[in-house]
Amino acid sequence: MEFVSPEGLRLDGRRPMEMRQLRAELGAVSRADGSAIFEMGNTKVIAAVYGPREVQHRGQQLNDKALIRCEYTMANFSTGDRMRRPKGDRRSTEISLVIRQTMEACIMTHLMPHSQIDIFVQVLQADGGTRSACINAATLALADAGIPMCDLVTSCSAGYLNTTPLLDLNYVEDSAGGPDVTVGILPKLDKVTLLQMDAKLPMDIFENVMQLATEGCKAVANYIREVLMENTKQLENRRGV
Amino acid sequence: MRGMELPLNHTQKLRLQKALESLESLSSVTNSNASVTVADSIPVNQEDGVLKGHGTTELEGEVVATVCGVIERVNKLVYVRTLRARYKPEVGDIIVGRVIEVAPKRWRLEINFSQDAVLMLSSMNLPDGIQRRRTAVDELNMRSIFEEDDVICAEVRDFMRDGSLQLQARSQKYGKLERGQMLTISPYLVKRRKQHFHHLEQYGIDLILGCNGFIWVGEHVEIKDNMIEDEPTKPDSKNKKSQISTTLEEQEETYTTLETRQNICRIANAIRVLTTLGFSITLDVILEIVDLSTKKGLDIHEMLGAEFCVLVAEKEAERRSVSTRRKR
Repeated sequence: MEFVSPEGLRLDGRRPMEMRQLRAELGAVSRADGSAIFEMGNTKVIAAVYGPREVQHRGQQLNDKALIRCEYTMANFSTGDRMRRPKGDRRSTEISLVIRQTMEACIMTHLMPHSQIDIFVQVLQADGGTRSACINAATLALADAGIPMCDLVTSCSAGYLNTTPLLDLNYVEDSAGGPDVTVGILPKLDKVTLLQMDAKLPMDIFENVMQLATEGCKAVANYIREVLMENTKQLENRRGV
Repeated sequence: MRGMELPLNHTQKLRLQKALESLESLSSVTNSNASVTVADSIPVNQEDGVLKGHGTTELEGEVVATVCGVIERVNKLVYVRTLRARYKPEVGDIIVGRVIEVAPKRWRLEINFSQDAVLMLSSMNLPDGIQRRRTAVDELNMRSIFEEDDVICAEVRDFMRDGSLQLQARSQKYGKLERGQMLTISPYLVKRRKQHFHHLEQYGIDLILGCNGFIWVGEHVEIKDNMIEDEPTKPDSKNKKSQISTTLEEQEETYTTLETRQNICRIANAIRVLTTLGFSITLDVILEIVDLSTKKGLDIHEMLGAEFCVLVAEKEAERRSVSTRRKR
């Protein structure tokens, strides 16, 4: 199948190095401490953060840092064919773990001992790149909850199809079977916290693809920063003296 | 927009927008460009020496924010004041909390902090008002003082070494709160003041603005000094009679008049409107909003509607513009 037309356009009309449209909104869940909706094109994810709060099971309490828990779920209606999903399937357990580890790396857990932070992410619409969208949504929700973090984490994916590196794959491109590289970075520290690929790629091509994904992450970071700044200013202005 | 799911029509939308814009223009005069987000570097003068406070960290010689908020500087200290976050207790704060557990010699309270607060039996006055050692009997009778799910007002006493929080209730004004509503709002909207207990005489209502964002609106209770209550012992037959009469008295005592209940709801709704708009909560503002609603002849339930929300925003914009003009 042809994923890049001779004119250099992808199936959904983007250029190979073009991202989908981003949209973010804070405060989607009123009862949560922090929450956000994050959209990358047709992929739509909602995240809610509760905490830091008292640890629910005393046995898990840590004396020197906060306990972080994460739960990833996909709504039944999120994909093209509606199906019931069992709660603890392998895919969602794995993604929960990935999100927990990436967020744990940036949250300053040592400031909140004897407490726990819960992160819930749910996919409302799945169109490829749910993993990166979830991480971006979780970052926004954590920042909204006022939880101290050493840096934002942003994530983006890139692939390699028809001998072209493609940024931010959608569902059709994702299911084509080519390599799919998901990268998560700390933009200020300029460090990689997440790197996943389930295929093989030659070294030089891999470097190109990863470079492309990193650029995507930085673009996401700029957008997230803008959204947070606007929200902070709005809250402060409203509050008054 | 956070919490603003109101069905506004076109004119209301425009009016709200105008009011909010004027608020924005007013506040940007007073604080310019002090907002930061996570991982923004904070400009500091390195030669003077800097003390890094809450919400900051050092990275490659720069001071970097770790939370979203507003930069505050006090002499050498630089810190970031967070807006939406959990409650950060300080010693002496007056808080409202809910009992979630009765443990040996202590109650555990939910106060919107990262851990549960602890109220020791020994750090509160006993109902009989006598100062003495707490015995095992007192410990067994703890549920007669506070039960699970009771709402309590107390003061922050100190922090334990492991970061947990101790409370105290050593006065008649602290203790169980009854016959009213508790509201939960974001703690950044409540400012620390000298006075957190308010008695609104014209409505017959007690208002407690807890620093932790829990707000109590309830019927006014006269603070009784129990110390004097030393009833002489009576013969048995008389005692029985008095018991019956007390139950009747008690019934009367627990009855809240309709008017008071309506006042409670009106004040609570005023606070709800202010929080959905994100305005800071002070006594003056609350009373102003209550007056506005009565002047417009609105029912209590209409206060949560779109029209009143717009009115409140306009009123607040007007109030702030007047107060800034006065300052100049």
